[in-house]
Amino acid sequence: MMSMKPRTKHILSIALAAAVIAMLLYLDSNKAQYSYSIAILERSAIYAVVAVSMNLLTGFTGLFSLGQAGFMAIGAYTVGILTIPVEARPNVYYINGIAEPLANVNLPFWAALILGGLMAALVGGLIGIPVLRLKSDYLAIATLGFSEIIRALIAAPQLDRITNGSYGLKSIPAFSSILQVFGIAALCILIMILVINSSYGRAFKAIREDETAAEAMGINLFKHKSMSFVISCFFTGISGGLLAVFMRSIDSKTFQVNLTYDILLIVVLGGLGSITGSVLASFLMTAGREWLRFFDVPLVIGGFSVPLFRNGFRMVIFSLILMAVVLYYRKGLMGNKEFSWDGILRFFYRIAGRLRRKTPGNGGEANA
Amino acid sequence: MPDNVLHLADVTMQFGGVVAVNNLSLEVNRGEIVALIGPNGAGKTTAFNVATGVYAPTNGRVSFNGETIVSNFPQGKMKKMYAGENRGKYTDVVRKTPDVITKLGIARTFQNIRLFKNLTVFENVLIAKHMNMKAGLFLSTCMINYKEEREMRRQSTELLEIVGLAELRSEISGSLPYGQQRRLEIARALATEPSLLLLDEPAAGMNPQETNDLTSFIYQLRDDFHLTIFMIEHHMNLVMEISDRIYVLDFGKLIAAGTPSEVQNNQRVIDAYLGVAEDGE
Repeated sequence: MMSMKPRTKHILSIALAAAVIAMLLYLDSNKAQYSYSIAILERSAIYAVVAVSMNLLTGFTGLFSLGQAGFMAIGAYTVGILTIPVEARPNVYYINGIAEPLANVNLPFWAALILGGLMAALVGGLIGIPVLRLKSDYLAIATLGFSEIIRALIAAPQLDRITNGSYGLKSIPAFSSILQVFGIAALCILIMILVINSSYGRAFKAIREDETAAEAMGINLFKHKSMSFVISCFFTGISGGLLAVFMRSIDSKTFQVNLTYDILLIVVLGGLGSITGSVLASFLMTAGREWLRFFDVPLVIGGFSVPLFRNGFRMVIFSLILMAVVLYYRKGLMGNKEFSWDGILRFFYRIAGRLRRKTPGNGGEANA
Repeated sequence: MPDNVLHLADVTMQFGGVVAVNNLSLEVNRGEIVALIGPNGAGKTTAFNVATGVYAPTNGRVSFNGETIVSNFPQGKMKKMYAGENRGKYTDVVRKTPDVITKLGIARTFQNIRLFKNLTVFENVLIAKHMNMKAGLFLSTCMINYKEEREMRRQSTELLEIVGLAELRSEISGSLPYGQQRRLEIARALATEPSLLLLDEPAAGMNPQETNDLTSFIYQLRDDFHLTIFMIEHHMNLVMEISDRIYVLDFGKLIAAGTPSEVQNNQRVIDAYLGVAEDGE
């Protein structure tokens, strides 16, 4: 078995982290030039947090929930309502005005973000009481329903003076720098990794593997399922708050079911039960959609206009790529394994081995 | 009077119109090895499931060390449908869930092995240590309870050494050979520090050599861990050799109880289950 010395691995890990930070610092110092890349990276980092929190629930505890968009909406609106500058509020709530108690409440970004997470966790805890008694698909349908209910409530005219109803929120103060987003995302993911590696994380995995056996081992199913659900909701709320700050203007349509499906796609693509897979996939997915943009522009080769190249064609290509990935990597890019330097080493050896076998006259075809 | 560990009193389990266990009463005393035998479909595993809280019985009571852990009487739809006996004898409802019962000290294995198949051998045992953990989620996440965690790991390693799986600790448990999976399942049950161990067909699918090993293993468990053992088994050689007492079930009803020699010579047991030995034996 190929493996490296622990020392080599540490050095490589530190080098990788340093490279990422250096890149971020470079991007940050040339904001104007790289604003497009910065936006993509920020969105990826935010999606990575939701994806890991969904993976904690679906990949590690075996609870298939589709409520992400709803919980993100709670986080996003909490952050939005509490951080919009007081002087900008008349402009935002220009139709109905803002509710009196909220009119002068203005919290710093980090406090609003944590509060957004807590709100989502609280709602998650309440919804969890009835919903977590369901299993598999039924749980997914019920959470999906609750997610839509949350969205409908936010857009309800009765809450106009709090959420601004269907007009949405705008003028949310932006991030100070890309490092802020990456710092918060890294911290959230680190905390979730620590949860998963703790004894409670092992109990979650036991529930995923076999509920009956887990219960016979003294694990209280409902308690541990709620724990996992609430933790997941908390970080989903946080990422919703980050998304609100990233987008700077949100409305209830931002948090439609499609958002949940995007996250689900990331989680499945990265591999159920792999944190690094989720992170990797969220960057690939978000960036991939942008890289494919040239399919949307009419292409002319030597005076001949290629017929299919038009607005929306990139989504067709994107779907084809997704299908190919799902067909060839049935368990997602990482399966249920985590990123490791040994894994990278093995991957390159495998490719090298395959290339050697394909070279004619080198044994490969001789067996046929 | 002997020291009573597990006591099933008039337990009836009815699924719809089918009475799976009918008025079963039995007791298991401290330090004993007791076997529950009977033909397929007699209701042995159902009795186990009632004792461990997986099913609530339709009628009857289960107590462990004198404490009632499960008790029920026909209610709702069952009021009309109930086909068992002793209606009205029990009037209280106690329903401890399987995890609470495990915490009280009853551990079990399953007929169709239920390991955490994608996790390693070591993790399987370590998970069973989770229920005795004192640290909460926060302390555990921040690794402030590292002493406790270290102790859990040490105990799990020790247990794997005792059952002879120490060198397989980082194998994925689903990839182990059958006999070792059974052994691991017993190790996992032991990790919950039980006083009563329920084994559901521990020798199923084992060859004669493995069955012999199992016999000495069960003795070793009882003596080293001061356990009381209650098991379901079909290997008659094993049952007759190892058991202090045997209960025989047929169609949900207890048809005989006693020492191995008493049961072996009981005409009803021979008719229902054991059959007649061939001539010349």
